[in-house]
Amino acid sequence: MEISKYILSFLAGGVLCLVAQILIDKTKLTPARILVSYVVAGVILSAIGFYEPFVEFVGAGASTPLTGFGHNIAKGVREAIDDSGITGILTGGLKAAAGGTTAALCFGYVAALFAKGKGKK
Amino acid sequence: MKNQIIKTNASIICGASVVGHKEHDGPIGHLFDIYDENDRFKQKTWEKSENQMQKLAFENALRKARLQVCDIDALFAGDLLNQCIGSAYGLLDFDIPYFGLYGACSTIIEGIILASSLISGGVFKKCAAVTSSHFCSAEQQYRTPLEYGGQRSPTAQWTVTGSGAFIVGEETESKVRITAALPGIVIDKGVNDAANMGAAMAPAAIDTLIRFFEQSETSPEDYDAIFTGDLGYEGSIILKELMAVEGYDMSINYEDCGNIIFDRERQDVHSGGSGCGCSAVVLASYILPKIQSGEYKKVLMIGTGAMMSPSSLKQGLSIPAIAHLIMLEHAEVQNGNI
Repeated sequence: MEISKYILSFLAGGVLCLVAQILIDKTKLTPARILVSYVVAGVILSAIGFYEPFVEFVGAGASTPLTGFGHNIAKGVREAIDDSGITGILTGGLKAAAGGTTAALCFGYVAALFAKGKGKK
Repeated sequence: MKNQIIKTNASIICGASVVGHKEHDGPIGHLFDIYDENDRFKQKTWEKSENQMQKLAFENALRKARLQVCDIDALFAGDLLNQCIGSAYGLLDFDIPYFGLYGACSTIIEGIILASSLISGGVFKKCAAVTSSHFCSAEQQYRTPLEYGGQRSPTAQWTVTGSGAFIVGEETESKVRITAALPGIVIDKGVNDAANMGAAMAPAAIDTLIRFFEQSETSPEDYDAIFTGDLGYEGSIILKELMAVEGYDMSINYEDCGNIIFDRERQDVHSGGSGCGCSAVVLASYILPKIQSGEYKKVLMIGTGAMMSPSSLKQGLSIPAIAHLIMLEHAEVQNGNI
């Protein structure tokens, strides 16, 4: 993989975060709402077929931010429908998100065992 | 309108302050009595740290006033945690009749008004008003636990980690007289942005100030200084502008405790300090000594509170706010102990 792909990935991820930062600074949206809208935006962008080529183009720059999580869920639903029909609508999303969710829970728990919260400076 | 100003004959015998690391690092950090480098005060949870701050503040106030626990007739205390546990646990060790208050960040002024009124009426001889806020426990209470790492918006204020305790006594006990008080009225002008509490509280402060100026027939220049509790950068600008529209010039002698306690540029606190502790520790360690020394002869102190709850915010309700006012005057002491 050539170096330009790293740079592209970094820039794409950065632009997605920049949009979120502008939303925090310039609108009254709470961080939680921005977070959820990013996931939903990822689902929609994936549904209209935009996100998959975007991921192929910039790699982790598109799959790491929360829109990538939304894309992952949408992809999971599509695959589950292909495998098991209509019930895939209900099962695919969580199945596809299982890795990320379980990792967040487990790593969070392990981190909490060894680290102690500190005040912000 | 009938005159709502309460004439009080009481005095603040002393004030004590306990703060965290960031407050100690601020422009008036050297004035505070006690501080802790990691904000924990040797406790395991942030809530317990806040309890400990109240305990330390009250003990320190007693020590400064050379009084014993048994000399205090009543405690008036409150904080920002659910059901005011900061005060209930923090003052648990003292066998003193206890009144729990909730006035959000105006709590300390609410406590001082109640204490001085009851002392003026002859019910009590000496009371204490205590309050606290802790940045880490307040984030957990109102927003998200620190571990979540949420981003702050530019108008957001920084909750002061601090606890202030005041011993209020009869008129002749100290050079800092509480000569008048004006309780606040709950005001809601429709601001529902919890990251801009200064804008929500400014109308309440303006309402109380104008009522006070009208009913006392005075104007801002009759006072050496006028302080609000925690309007912060945004809220204090709104206050100055709207007071100017009403014909009161607040540009000369007005400042907000939230602007005094932190260096806005250097300490990255966005719109300044807030929280129960903000007005309490600034009053205890910055304003009181100046009244005691006679540098200020006449001061208005306005405690401002944003009275929303996490549930009301989630349901989209706007923020009700309150502002309580006390007038403090320097007086030569007659037979006091300070």
